[in-house]
Amino acid sequence: MYITKDLVAASATPLVLGILAEGENYGYAILKQVNELSGGELEWTDGLLYPLLHRLERLGHVVSAWQTPPGERRRKYYRITDQGLAELAEQRRQWATVVDALRGVWNAAQSVKPIPAPAWEAGR
Amino acid sequence: MSVDELEGQIAEWRAYTHRRRELHNTDVEELEDHLRSRISELTEAGLRADEAFLIAVKRMGSLDELSREFAREHSERLWKQLVLPAEPDTPAATRSRRELIVMVLCAAAAALAVKAPALFGQDMAGDGDVFYARNASLFALPALSVYFAWQRRVSPRVIGVLALLFAVGAVAANAYPLDEDSQSLILSAIHLPLALWLVVGIAYVGGDWRSDRRRMDFIRFTGEWLIYFVLIGLGGGVLMAFTAGTFRAIGLNAEEFISQWLLPCGAAAAVVVAAWLVEAKQSVIENMAPVLTRVFTPLFAATLLAFLVAIIWTTNGIDVERDVLIIFDLLLVVVLGLLLYAISARDLTARPGLFDHVQLALVVSALIIDALVLLAITGRITEWGFSPNKTAALGENLILLTNLAWSAWLFLSFVRGRAPFARLEHWQTRYLVVYAAWAWTVVLAFPLIFNFT
Repeated sequence: MYITKDLVAASATPLVLGILAEGENYGYAILKQVNELSGGELEWTDGLLYPLLHRLERLGHVVSAWQTPPGERRRKYYRITDQGLAELAEQRRQWATVVDALRGVWNAAQSVKPIPAPAWEAGR
Repeated sequence: MSVDELEGQIAEWRAYTHRRRELHNTDVEELEDHLRSRISELTEAGLRADEAFLIAVKRMGSLDELSREFAREHSERLWKQLVLPAEPDTPAATRSRRELIVMVLCAAAAALAVKAPALFGQDMAGDGDVFYARNASLFALPALSVYFAWQRRVSPRVIGVLALLFAVGAVAANAYPLDEDSQSLILSAIHLPLALWLVVGIAYVGGDWRSDRRRMDFIRFTGEWLIYFVLIGLGGGVLMAFTAGTFRAIGLNAEEFISQWLLPCGAAAAVVVAAWLVEAKQSVIENMAPVLTRVFTPLFAATLLAFLVAIIWTTNGIDVERDVLIIFDLLLVVVLGLLLYAISARDLTARPGLFDHVQLALVVSALIIDALVLLAITGRITEWGFSPNKTAALGENLILLTNLAWSAWLFLSFVRGRAPFARLEHWQTRYLVVYAAWAWTVVLAFPLIFNFT
């Protein structure tokens, strides 16, 4: 399924913050988790995750540190900050509002659907 | 594909990525880790290593897009950062940090040297002002030479030569019994810095003063240094204005502190700091002097041509006053500077272009003007007699005229395609010796020749 670029971009920040809220992580693992959570539907260009992470770091939502877990490569791990958690809560509130509104629209649309075609069309 | 081949491909990818200015070392490292993770996941799923590599690179996204995103996030990286090394933990950064420390020490030494004579009763504001005028160049320039001697790791023999020349300069500045308002004293105060600056050049080229290339580097350095020194001076002026203004607001007079400490010590330190800045930014930022040259060469050429036309049109002779030589000396210095810094940035193998013709017009019109001045002045000079000032001004005029005349000739051969441009550069770098000889002559011989007047 194709998801538009704007939608991917808009959802990227809450997704990354949400994943980091569960514990510190590195880029590749974050990407894999996004993939799993969306059932493989949400496809990002791999490289573009990093400018996003750097932006979140600059804004103070996450902090980063190079670590070498035993038996693995040296990696840059990102950890969410208190400010990042607050941002996540705010994003969550906004998304909930949007989702609620959309749900309302879908329901309304469903009730609209069964309207029969106008009589002058029926004869065709 | 073997592990070695895969490593080779990753190394190639890394080298390719490194060429992007927007991506720093650590970013590339992070992306490489990502690439490797992706590759190992794909090979575990059954793909061959080369296939996995291709897919991983493809999924990373195009490098253009990636650089653009990084640039948007790190726009500061497009501005080359000069003073603070952008990426710590590299050998270059360690070296530049050590250089910074040595530079600060040298600058501090220069600043303290200015105040050292005060311990021996030479008061800058009082009767020590003559002493300071004579020795102005002996405070900062030795410290600058020490900095370069350290940085270039010069041989003991060169250090000996440097020490000897500075000692000669110090003796020349102080040993002659010059009268306080004698012309020779002023001449010495002007020419000693020039002579010693060329001594600094010996330290700058690391003792390799026979090399044309290194001499040209020193010429480039001189231009850039001057620009940085002026810029620091402007900043210093603002600092002094605020110091004076804010302290006056609380009823304290900081003017004595400024004139006795801030200005002289700051200027001495700025000599070293400007040199360090030039060295630090050498390969980072485009040289400013050639840029200014490009802007001002056509303007000066137009002005000089207009001046020539005005002389012919109005048939006004040049009003030969006593100091007229000095302004035309300075004009020749400016023209020579424009020529030098145009040469310094030129690709020696490039074909002659429009700019070269403008340059030639500038040099030739300066020569004609100076010839007119000299013609007008020859009759009068015997009448005035050969005072130290007149002799120095005339000597300098002849030296510059000789340089420019031969330069114009070489330039003409080049523009007509008869000689390579390198000969002009060679001529200019060789000529540095003449400046040195003349400056030392004025400092050492003039007081004797003119009986300390």
